[in-house]
Amino acid sequence: MTPMNRAAWVLGLAGLATLAGGTAFSADAALDARMAAMMKDSFRDQGIAKVDRLVQDLANDACSKAAGGDLPPALAKQVEADNLKTVKPPSDGRFLGDWRRGERIAQSGRGMTWSDKSTKAADNGGNCYNCHKISEAEISYGTIGPSLHQYGKLRGVTDPNSPAARPIIEYTWGKLYNARAYSACSSMPRFGHTGVLDEAQLKDLMALLLDPQSPVNR
Amino acid sequence: MKHFTYALALATAVVAPQVTAQGKSAADGIAEYRKMLEDGNPAELFEARGEALWKQRRGPKNASLEQCDLGKGPGVVKGAFVELPRWFPDTQRVQDLESRLLTCIETLQGIQAADIAKTPFGRDEQRNMEGLVAFISTESRGMRFNLPQGHLEERAMYELGKRAFFYRGGSHDFSCASCHSEEGKRIRLQDLPVLTTNPGDGVGFAAWPAYRVSSGELWGMQRRLNDCYRQQRFPFPGYGSDVTVALGVYMGVNAKGAESIAPAIKR
Repeated sequence: MTPMNRAAWVLGLAGLATLAGGTAFSADAALDARMAAMMKDSFRDQGIAKVDRLVQDLANDACSKAAGGDLPPALAKQVEADNLKTVKPPSDGRFLGDWRRGERIAQSGRGMTWSDKSTKAADNGGNCYNCHKISEAEISYGTIGPSLHQYGKLRGVTDPNSPAARPIIEYTWGKLYNARAYSACSSMPRFGHTGVLDEAQLKDLMALLLDPQSPVNR
Repeated sequence: MKHFTYALALATAVVAPQVTAQGKSAADGIAEYRKMLEDGNPAELFEARGEALWKQRRGPKNASLEQCDLGKGPGVVKGAFVELPRWFPDTQRVQDLESRLLTCIETLQGIQAADIAKTPFGRDEQRNMEGLVAFISTESRGMRFNLPQGHLEERAMYELGKRAFFYRGGSHDFSCASCHSEEGKRIRLQDLPVLTTNPGDGVGFAAWPAYRVSSGELWGMQRRLNDCYRQQRFPFPGYGSDVTVALGVYMGVNAKGAESIAPAIKR
């Protein structure tokens, strides 16, 4: 373990203890400490998947502890605000790329496992069809997330560059970049925030969802 | 054997599109397929190998595993599988089938458990583990899961397993619960069992170990969990590590009353 990883672990432990609340000596706090030790002892680095992937930020720590339930409203607001701050708009101000490339990214479930070779975003897919219906032609889609078929059309986007479309364009960018900005415990990966996908890939997915020419909207 | 695998792969290829066309779920398709193969599950080959390994004198101590205590006393195999993981006084640990087997192999036969744990799946001593888990789970086929929760540590491991199940991390923020906590969900066309409650007879925890047609291998629960964590984009869980045992306790206790069909057959 590198010194930096070790520091992160210690911080993680401190975070666990703090979040366990005012009751300094509860059974929950004891279990939380055992949990932290168990996770640390049970996993090892393998290829690109290092043990620092177990370090949780506030969002993952809070949502793990909620065990599928809702966060207290104030905490949910804080998580969403923290995550919204991470969203970077596209550097050139253009939100839409090429929907054809977007479809390929949506189809690909590759990337970031210990059997993958690199952590470069360009080598990763978006896994989108694993959880969402998107284009009509693809019948092998998952149902963990909502259907995105006709995503732009249903939201009245006829010209993605128009001022009228701006709010939905910005929201969709934010959702792809960091889904937890709008829903604290959303199951969706934070593609931009975590660097799983890069700006160009996010733009291509934007086009898949919002370009009127995309099969999603035709 | 290889021929057999090809024949099976072909059978899947033929069956799968038909069931999709008829609008059946992947689970229906697999159930139908399983029915077709009831008298010819290749797991039987692993079971036979496992039974032979159980009785064979091996290792530096030239002993068999017949005196291994899987929780119901030395040498009792029948019914042991549906009560694992459980607390073992001699090791002072809660152990699942595979971590318990490591203990027996080391203490009875003198083969180093740590070496087996380090061996990649599907090779050398790990291939022997495949046979052993097939044999031992077969001896409990048709019985219902009933993990003991009487010991303090068994209850603690349940709570730790629950925490592990909901633990979000990795590059994609996934946890086990991302895929296995809501009814009626699937990834692509693959139906996902809900593992926070009893998902029913022969589903989820009650379907492993299983023979995987796609790879021609027999996977124990350790390998199943290992591949879950790979797909979760987590780091690598040690073979028989506490997190895997705790998850076994959580899923196994949740599956109380579910009928074990292990070794099952999977796509």
